[in-house]
Amino acid sequence: MSPQPAMPRSWRVDTKPHKFCPGCGHGLILKCLGQVIDELEIQGRLIFGCDIGCSLLSWDFFNLDTIQTHHGRTVPVMTGLKRARPDLLCIAYMGDGGGYSIGAQHLVNAAARNEKITVILANNTQYAMTGGQMAPTTLPGQKTETSPYGRDPELTGFPLQGPEMVGAIGREGVYSARGSVGNLRQLRRFLKKALENQIEGRGFSFVEALSACPTNWRTNAVETWSFIEKEMPKYFKTGEIKVPGAGREEVANG
Amino acid sequence: MSQKVISAEKRAFMTGNEVVAWAALAAGAEIMYGYPITPQNEIMHYWTRLAPKYGRSFLQTEDELSAGFTTAGGVMAGRKAFTATSGPGNTLMQEPMSMAEMMRLPTVVVVQQRGGPSTATVIYSQQEVTLTTIGGNGEGMRIVYSTATHQELFDYTIKAFNAAWKYRFPTFVLGDGYQAKMREPLTIYDPAERGIGMVPPEPFVGKEGIPGEDRPPAQYRNTFNLEEELYEKVMADVSEYEKIAPEVAEFQADGTEDADLVLVCHGVVFRAVREAVAKLREQGRKVGYFRPVTLRPLPVRQLREMVGKAKKILLVESAYGQLARLFKEAAYGSGTEILTLFRPGLGITAGEVEAKVKEILT
Repeated sequence: MSPQPAMPRSWRVDTKPHKFCPGCGHGLILKCLGQVIDELEIQGRLIFGCDIGCSLLSWDFFNLDTIQTHHGRTVPVMTGLKRARPDLLCIAYMGDGGGYSIGAQHLVNAAARNEKITVILANNTQYAMTGGQMAPTTLPGQKTETSPYGRDPELTGFPLQGPEMVGAIGREGVYSARGSVGNLRQLRRFLKKALENQIEGRGFSFVEALSACPTNWRTNAVETWSFIEKEMPKYFKTGEIKVPGAGREEVANG
Repeated sequence: MSQKVISAEKRAFMTGNEVVAWAALAAGAEIMYGYPITPQNEIMHYWTRLAPKYGRSFLQTEDELSAGFTTAGGVMAGRKAFTATSGPGNTLMQEPMSMAEMMRLPTVVVVQQRGGPSTATVIYSQQEVTLTTIGGNGEGMRIVYSTATHQELFDYTIKAFNAAWKYRFPTFVLGDGYQAKMREPLTIYDPAERGIGMVPPEPFVGKEGIPGEDRPPAQYRNTFNLEEELYEKVMADVSEYEKIAPEVAEFQADGTEDADLVLVCHGVVFRAVREAVAKLREQGRKVGYFRPVTLRPLPVRQLREMVGKAKKILLVESAYGQLARLFKEAAYGSGTEILTLFRPGLGITAGEVEAKVKEILT
């Protein structure tokens, strides 16, 4: 037995070690995704789209055909691709700034139109690539470069509830869930169900993954895990928000 | 491909927007993505009525950013995809088209110019020349055909798909509200019947085989780490663009050899200029015209030759000097006097052109 578990087969070995910071959540999310891709055996018909922000660093992460697009625009690029080639499977991978702020109109309308694509969004509560500014997901009181005294909900609102929003917009066929890098088994399950939703042609699927950014959070390992497992769940409940065919939601918290 | 769209060449009497829809069908366009804005709406209206009959698709997007980026996705899937827009929509379209320039995507965009700046009028202008030729955060490596008649709208929409897929630079057909809404006779035809071969589309992603096992993964990006890396990428594209420019560039000229005054214009204004020049010639005035059909790239060699011989130039456009800026850059170094007739957002008649010429040549 090798001392380390094997990389997913769908990973591109020659681009490893990956480009993310130590402690970053992207590697964990993409590992879960890689394992699900392997399990579903879809590497030959899956197109991976990534956004701007740290997610762009995944542009050569997989042995998948990949398109790195503009900030917030991965959903329309993958929508256009899927509409032109419905036989392909399309993933749009992005951060919370791309999905909930600059690209919010695309996320909302893709969900409303029930586009048969899968959106995976890493929520690390701020803009990481640009140096840690406040995002729609920043927690009340959380200090960022543009909320140096802590986010004041009076001035800038409360953290945006992405999967709940998608669940509210989406009609029959939409899958929406929130997982966490703190529970990889669950995250893997949600990612698999999201992709199965697309494979079976039911409709739009969306998974938010609570992620970590110790670089911009300025946290050590203990503080990082504490933030993911204790602070973030105060505003972001993990679980399935919407599952095609009612009554099958996996409701969990933290 | 599905059934033939136009079985036999025939005369038609239709609006420019209808012409564009028929031309896109005849060119083998497979999917249109679009967002409503006047005066291009009827391109979508005709397309959505015709497309299902020929197995083609349509998606109405949430805005022009999405229309442009879905078009990018469509061409990367290996389909002939296009969109159409105008004015403020063209402003939003610049973001996706800058990605298309960087990633060398064969997107086709039909622009029906309306008045500007801002929302302005829904009617007409030539004020989207700067935006369409060199808009976006890039180097303007695009192909832009500026049409003057419905026949040209048909011919150049077909040509735009071929240019895009042959050269892999984002390609535009630049019309305007007059051309969009006016009815006019033209001949519509199947390109094959005229011996026009259509360049087949090719997928960027989603080709046969498992990436990493049967073939390397196809991975496209528009982000670079190093200045040098970007510089090499851009310069390689620039050199390719400059190489193809002479064969892409098109123009029309008449009477420039002995002219005291050469009128320079583009698009629908050319109709007024051509008529004015014919009248003035009848009256014994030595005038001619030079009309670039491609605004990007300009026919620089022929333009400079013409400027070298001309005594005076009169630039005529329905904008405040947008063609003039492109023209002067290409003509730089010549001492020829350049006069202007600028009517931003306003139509120009042959009579107005004639009067202006007489004022100059008194």
